Amino acid sequence: MHVQAAKTVSHILHNCRQSENSYPRSYPPKTLLPFLTPPKTPTLSFRLASAPIKTREPNTNKTKSKVSIQVRLMRFVVTKPSAGAGVAGKARLGALYLGGGGAAPPIETPALVVPTRRGLPSFISRDLLDRLPYPDSLLLHLCPIHFIVCPSTRTIKNIGGVHEMVGLQDHFFIASPGDSVESLPEHGGTNKIGAAFETPSGRRLINPKDYMDIISSTRPNLWASLADEVPAWVTEKRNRLSIDRTLKWLDDCLSLDQEKGASTLGAVVGGPNIEHRKKCATEVSMRNVSGFYLGGFGLGESIEERSALLNAVTNILPEEKIRFVSRLGLPEEVLQGVAAGIDLFDSTYIYHLTLGGFALVFPLDILGEAPEALLRNSSNDYTKINLHATIYRKDTSPIVDKCSCYTCQDHTRAYLNHLLNVHEMLAQILLEIHNTHHYLGFFRSIRRALKQEKFELFRERFMESRRVHLTEAVPYS
Amino acid sequence: MALQFEVVGRFNRARASKLTLPHYVVQTPMFMPVGTQGTIKGLTNSQLEDIGCQIILGNTYHLALRPGAELIDELGGLHKFMNWKRGLLTDSGGFQMVSLLHLADITEEGVTFQSPVDGKPMLLTPEESIQIQNKIGADIIMALDDVVRTTITGPRIEEAMYRTLRWMDRCIAAHKRPDAQNLFGIVQGGLDPVLRDICVRGLVERNLPGYAIGGLAGGEDKDSFWRVVAQCTAALPEDKPRYVMGVGYPLDIVVCSALGADMYDCVYPTRTARFGTALVPEGVLKLKHNAMASDERPIDSTCSCMVCKNYTRAYIHSLVTRDAMGSQLLSYHNLSYMMRLSKDLHMSIVEGRFPEYVRGFLRTQFPKGDVPQWVCNAMEVAGIDISSCCAPVPV
Repeated sequence: MHVQAAKTVSHILHNCRQSENSYPRSYPPKTLLPFLTPPKTPTLSFRLASAPIKTREPNTNKTKSKVSIQVRLMRFVVTKPSAGAGVAGKARLGALYLGGGGAAPPIETPALVVPTRRGLPSFISRDLLDRLPYPDSLLLHLCPIHFIVCPSTRTIKNIGGVHEMVGLQDHFFIASPGDSVESLPEHGGTNKIGAAFETPSGRRLINPKDYMDIISSTRPNLWASLADEVPAWVTEKRNRLSIDRTLKWLDDCLSLDQEKGASTLGAVVGGPNIEHRKKCATEVSMRNVSGFYLGGFGLGESIEERSALLNAVTNILPEEKIRFVSRLGLPEEVLQGVAAGIDLFDSTYIYHLTLGGFALVFPLDILGEAPEALLRNSSNDYTKINLHATIYRKDTSPIVDKCSCYTCQDHTRAYLNHLLNVHEMLAQILLEIHNTHHYLGFFRSIRRALKQEKFELFRERFMESRRVHLTEAVPYS
Repeated sequence: MALQFEVVGRFNRARASKLTLPHYVVQTPMFMPVGTQGTIKGLTNSQLEDIGCQIILGNTYHLALRPGAELIDELGGLHKFMNWKRGLLTDSGGFQMVSLLHLADITEEGVTFQSPVDGKPMLLTPEESIQIQNKIGADIIMALDDVVRTTITGPRIEEAMYRTLRWMDRCIAAHKRPDAQNLFGIVQGGLDPVLRDICVRGLVERNLPGYAIGGLAGGEDKDSFWRVVAQCTAALPEDKPRYVMGVGYPLDIVVCSALGADMYDCVYPTRTARFGTALVPEGVLKLKHNAMASDERPIDSTCSCMVCKNYTRAYIHSLVTRDAMGSQLLSYHNLSYMMRLSKDLHMSIVEGRFPEYVRGFLRTQFPKGDVPQWVCNAMEVAGIDISSCCAPVPV
């Protein structure tokens, strides 16, 4: 039965074919135990391999509290340095602590930065966000370009910043210019004055001062400087220009920054040119920044050439500072980034899956499964299912057996199939919850593999299991 | 009969009650949000429970099309399919006769629809409607009635009223689960008091678990509207619930409650939310207006819902009509408002302060004292003194 992918699905998703009689095998993830409410004063110890997923108490009537700048500062610590050798030699574990001596638990890295629209996920409101894994789901992306039109910087400032404005005072926001859905970098429009973005309200040019106005009014915990991000096919001249501009804008942003770089991620660009990348990385490392934003990836370079570019940059960047990359969203791309020493990933993979009616089902306990089990002969795409498919009409099982997300605990595939068929908004809400939960689980698996020093094996097994469906003939019914 | 109706408070014609249904115990007066296709648009079950929803509506016509009555039955009924643990009510599909009239052909046998999904004809008879509702399994099901718009005049109204009574008998005969589902009759008869009276007496004779007042909320003038409600509530039995279908605006709900009605449903709160309008005690707040872009107050400072406790008008303004989240948050607030209204009505009657509550409500909605005449007329019949809310008429 050929399954039709929705038109809005990004080109990076594969079409998947489902046979009439097959269902994704349920898996026993040992680590996805039922959630517990977290202790009142969580300790700062790191999660062990068998730690249960925790969620926090629902927070429907939180009174507003204005948090000072001091408490917003984040501190990054490398907890397990890279091994240095081997294919995945640069991968490392880290932890992000919220400054100010609060009791908040650290966010372990490598971590997923959950995408947002104007500070909130596309479909998950704050009361439902509380039920996602804790503290993983505290890390949110902020795109300053979303606030070009409204609310005004003065209004945002009066309200007290983005945390207050969206009612997520305990969450952490990491800002970078642009996202892959609504605010796309438009290198053709970028000039010496500012960076151009294609937005729903047309093409917008933003200069460092305007950018810093939005940053200083929203007050994210970490923010990347304004960059000239160019796709992989530009001329060498244009590429060099992008580096000069990006460095200049970094200096402009730092000079306008009240915190003097304490929350700044210096943007490193350089397109597809390794030498340029190295040069830019060296320059940015010399500035007084707290971490780095690797810009210009996910804009047309192939997955094969990307490794060399990522490593060229991370080889130069200081080990102790955090690295954030945008637009590397697919699981394979995340694994590639982790191997190159990246700590934070902002991905709109979940968003595109959700819009298309897809739900992630791939097993998270890659290392626990016997290799044969993962490669079992079946014409299934083990990654995701398309809930539009009619085979789910009467399927009363949850999306993923024993998944502890709200969607899987409360609803069935049959109900989701119905919601998608009648174009009801609840479908996207429930799917985004499950997909976010599942993808956060994927990152947990990565961290667990790193702790056990089995990351290379993990990556290998994962890649093999993803390719199974491509190597088998699918009966066309 | 699968319900128990206990009046726990009164003021003149208004009453507060405890209504025990197979899946839930509800308090009336009560507003029921409409979840046409097996979901309230943009809200999860947990949110609906947080807000305080007691009963939600499903629609027989839509659910029979997708996902289909057989499928719902096979999967254990709509409660199980949606995983909704509280009360459900299904409409018969009758209203679609009016709203989708260009697709419908009404005869004594039933209603033939042209399905909007695949163009095939779909015949909805009273028997078929009840069969489908039996499969869906809601706590309260509605008889198939012959609905005409109140804006129509002439012999069609009388024809529809008598047909409604004949169809009522067919519905009763076809109903296979009276021990688990309550079949309500619907009073028709347009705006004609004689016809309405005949219909009421006919339905009361059949001794149903509850009664609905149908055919209203379709564009008739308000003065006629309240009179029909008043006439019906006066004639319907005291010890059974009364449901005014398609109502609606908070003001209408307050008036109808004062006249003795108990249950209401309408798409208005959720639909208007998707267009960027919030319900507030003063009336409505249009979040799309430019003035909202810098307004740092919550939507309603007297509201304690999640949205009003956490968000400013300025932020909601930036979301509405742009992001799905805007619709969700406004729907959340609007339904919270309607649940609060229901609760306030119930508690003010129980605690013996219903007239004060009505006066407070009217003063907040009409600070200049310009209470509409129809409301004044209705309140007179309801026996509630609202002279202090009305500005003196200029001589």
